[in-house]
Amino acid sequence: MPFIPHTEEDVAEMLASIGAKSIDELFDEIPAELKTGKLTQVPVGLSEMEISRLMHGRAQKDGFYLSFIGAGAYEHHIPAAVWQITTRGEFYSSYTPYQAEASQGTLQLLYEYQTMMASLNGMDVSNASLYDGASALAEAALMAVRQHRTSRRILIPQTVHPIYRSVTRTIVRNQNIEVVEIPFDPATGQVAIDKLDQFAQEEFAALVIPQPNFFGVLEQVDALTDWAHGKQSLAIAVVNPTSLAMLKPPGEWGQRGADIAVGEGQPLGIPLSSGGPYFGFMACKQELVRQMPGRIIGRTTDLEGKEGFALTLQAREQHIRRSKATSNICTNQGLMVTAATIYMSLIGPEGLYRVAAQSHANTLALVEQLEKLPGVKKVFGSPFFHEAALQLSVPADKVLNSLKAQGVLGGVLLENYYPDLKNTLLVCATETKTAEDIGKYVEMLRLALAASA
Amino acid sequence: MSVPAELKYTESHEWVKVEADGSVMVGITQHAQELLGDMVFVQLPDVGRTLAQREDCAVVESVKAASDIYAPLGGEVIAINTEVEASPEKINEDCYAAWLFRLKPANAGEISGLLDASGYQKLLDSEAH
Amino acid sequence: MLIFEHSRKNRRNYSQAPSTRPAKNNIPDNLKRKTAPLLPEVSEMDTVRHYTRLSQKNFSIDTEFYPLGSCTMKYNPRACNSLAMLPQFLSRHPLAPEDTGQGFLACMYELQEILKDVTGMSAVSLTSMAGAQGELIGITMIRAYHEARGDTERTEIIIPDAAHGTNPATAVMCGYKVIEIPTDRDGDVDMEALKAAVGPRTAGLMLTNPSTLGVFEKKVAEMSRIVHEAGGLLYYDGANLNAVLGKVKPGDMGFDVIHMNLHKTFSTPHGGGGPGAAPVGVADCLLPYLPIPIVAYEQGVYRWLTEKDRPQSIGRLSAHMGNAGVLLRAYIYVRLLGAEGMFRISEYATLNANYLMAELRKLGFEIAYPNRRASHEFIVTMKEIKDKTGVTAMNLAKRLLDKGFHAPTTYFPLLVPECLLIEPAETESKETLDRFVVAMKEILDEIATQPDMVKSAPHDMPLRKIDDVKAARELDLVWNPAG
Ligand SMILES: Cc1ncc(COP(=O)(O)O)c(C=O)c1O
Repeated sequence: MPFIPHTEEDVAEMLASIGAKSIDELFDEIPAELKTGKLTQVPVGLSEMEISRLMHGRAQKDGFYLSFIGAGAYEHHIPAAVWQITTRGEFYSSYTPYQAEASQGTLQLLYEYQTMMASLNGMDVSNASLYDGASALAEAALMAVRQHRTSRRILIPQTVHPIYRSVTRTIVRNQNIEVVEIPFDPATGQVAIDKLDQFAQEEFAALVIPQPNFFGVLEQVDALTDWAHGKQSLAIAVVNPTSLAMLKPPGEWGQRGADIAVGEGQPLGIPLSSGGPYFGFMACKQELVRQMPGRIIGRTTDLEGKEGFALTLQAREQHIRRSKATSNICTNQGLMVTAATIYMSLIGPEGLYRVAAQSHANTLALVEQLEKLPGVKKVFGSPFFHEAALQLSVPADKVLNSLKAQGVLGGVLLENYYPDLKNTLLVCATETKTAEDIGKYVEMLRLALAASA
Repeated sequence: MSVPAELKYTESHEWVKVEADGSVMVGITQHAQELLGDMVFVQLPDVGRTLAQREDCAVVESVKAASDIYAPLGGEVIAINTEVEASPEKINEDCYAAWLFRLKPANAGEISGLLDASGYQKLLDSEAH
Repeated sequence: MLIFEHSRKNRRNYSQAPSTRPAKNNIPDNLKRKTAPLLPEVSEMDTVRHYTRLSQKNFSIDTEFYPLGSCTMKYNPRACNSLAMLPQFLSRHPLAPEDTGQGFLACMYELQEILKDVTGMSAVSLTSMAGAQGELIGITMIRAYHEARGDTERTEIIIPDAAHGTNPATAVMCGYKVIEIPTDRDGDVDMEALKAAVGPRTAGLMLTNPSTLGVFEKKVAEMSRIVHEAGGLLYYDGANLNAVLGKVKPGDMGFDVIHMNLHKTFSTPHGGGGPGAAPVGVADCLLPYLPIPIVAYEQGVYRWLTEKDRPQSIGRLSAHMGNAGVLLRAYIYVRLLGAEGMFRISEYATLNANYLMAELRKLGFEIAYPNRRASHEFIVTMKEIKDKTGVTAMNLAKRLLDKGFHAPTTYFPLLVPECLLIEPAETESKETLDRFVVAMKEILDEIATQPDMVKSAPHDMPLRKIDDVKAARELDLVWNPAG
């Protein structure tokens, strides 16, 4: 029997101990009329060899592409050691570290992670992960409303990842929290700071500030943070962790720094994997720590004074506080954080800087070359990190299809999210792209444009 | 278990001490303190806040539990014990000295509705069974 | 020693990152970072050693028996991991066109169909990333359902006191008031209390069956009738599906919406805290509200359904499509087991639990619900032992660590004093269970002869008991190089 070790003798002895005649008898408390007949959609079991063949076949069908897609999930080199260690059984097959003495490995790793994440964000503290970047933003919004006490309005610029906005709306709507969307300046691709005041006629709990924003564009984070603080509201940063090696961290934005920083942890050693599992990170100022959702690890000692680690501030959490918890989150994305911590250790501050800087430089190079093609125009005039919006003079979906036929994924269509941005591609070239890769994309696009012209 | 005779009590295990000036001090009882264990955090109401009787207005937390504190009487918060806020373990050390907040009762009549020591002792005895 | 304490200024791994700092950099000065983040500067070997050593400080299924109740710590087959990590699956971007992911989408579609079958629900969405998020989705759909009918007076969710903390936390997160109802002496929901609690304000009931007390709610059909007659809907917390897989379908029990924890029943790893995956299934009445994305199969092609296909959907809950890699592992697991294997899961999980319960009872441990069959788990209460000797459930748990067993779940459910919730899972052999029984017997003897030793456990772990009071009073959440 797959994964069941019992022999017939075992079963007989166990039933004798229980005093039951058959395994079936153990289900005698279930009313007969509820007992199920059959499963019709579950095929017969496969051997490991057979499932292996099936999965290899499906994987091959999907194949490999040269991808210039970003839009919230980024292809970066993942050092070999990251997943070899992460998938060690002791990390892979352990539970949430409730029994501290039997979980010091996971707990210490999480403490190290919290330290790295807090520092990367320029914040005082970090939690041990949330589900993903989008749900982390929703949790930050709820946290801001709890902290603010009087307002149930959150201002979210349309330059924030469209799906993050939609997830946030889905989650906060239940509590009658209003999400107010702030338009962007079509010339710069940034939040229009001079138009902000019209949204502050009513009190609001927080302003969300993306850096870089969904278009890859860098926002004027200092001014935005100070503006929110000037209105007695919180500033919530949504950031890309790789970019933080180069960019000013949220804790240093404006006069007082952002209050909460969240984002998608995927760029830190997590494979793209069709969308998950990734992990959401959240860091904040010390004053807000009791409002934070999720697990938090503290350093302490054992009875004899030896250094040790434990889950702490658990009274915020659902297993203790139940209906008054800061969130319902229980299982988080622990293993992904294990990978991210090992990634950050391997790559170090200089390595992360180079990954960020090379991704930035590659995208600059890509955009510069593409812009020279007739029929390609950069949409926004502002500086960007490692992504940019480019408008084509011909139908962009057709162009993407012809690139795909050549094994190149040329970006995402912004029109899917911003109906006004017609025939516009969002492109990204991380450090994984060589000069040849970039050259190939440019050449393919040139041919595709020529063909549709 | 220690149930000082001079205090009044609630069914949710707060003690109430009526002061000469008519204000009342509120804390948690020995029973509550023992049930919760080592105290690690206390959150007190803002001074000046007006509470309704039985409104939840403070939280005491141990490692394994968190418990809401309910206003034994309606009234205005006129003081909070910042020492307990800074060192919650004071509640474990002497819960009848470690008061949490002081109220100016809006309706002194509500005091007579509280349990006296023997009434509270009876409650404890019945909860033990 | 922390990784930061191995750090030496300017030590680097030259192979892991780009070899130079590129010349081109257009970041405006005022947006640049001025001081480097506190990441360690260590060699690859330092990193590998450090984290390998840390891993060795963990208990895990791969190294110890891990009878953590409510968590279903069963063996995580290696094939599920290696096949889900095939490079094509790992490298696929979530926004890559659907025609570049037909292999992956086929797995997702088939998983949806299989989960529909084993739960008896009309449709399944795979998007939820853990049980708690599944609950949030379910309660949000219940809200959408009532709102669509113009029924806005329903402000309450009824939850038994035995429920997991995520249930009340979710209800409140969804803007509902929680009405808690008690459990009767046999561990069933108190029916009179339920009848008294339902009414025109009832939006729904959240129920775990078998409950977290390790017993099957026999009157579930009647509960369903009571709640439905009052106009409410029924939510099924599927955390304990392992106990009844293939035996009873939540759909047949009358539930309108369910989540199942694939990181429990379908053996995806728990990873020291996650990730999970908790697909949500619905009955017909909630079909339009199901969150997106959902995989459809039309004219031989798999595709994601989106807002356009499902205008009444409650929307999205993750940036892409949830924990795809976890779903792949669950898919591989189900295909390895097949239909027969589904039945065996619940049969052998139940056999193991009832056997362990019988053996511990024979040793003299007090079973919290002695007149009931165990589901896939059961509760031992240490109340009497504590009253007599002062030894608590937590003390016993720590002593078990000394003996090489992970502890059962302690102090949950809250309504049973000094409880140990024990879930052996079907993948454990009789010998392992017998060794556990021996360890429990030894501890029982130790409690009689040297209770103070048990109270001060653990003794044989690398660390003695961790001071979690200090951890909470003197918060130290990030390392500070200045000390
Ligand atoms: C009964 C029960 N319900 C809900 C949950 C929450 O599931 P998750 O941890 O996946 O969010 C759990 C698991 O911890 C559980 O045991």
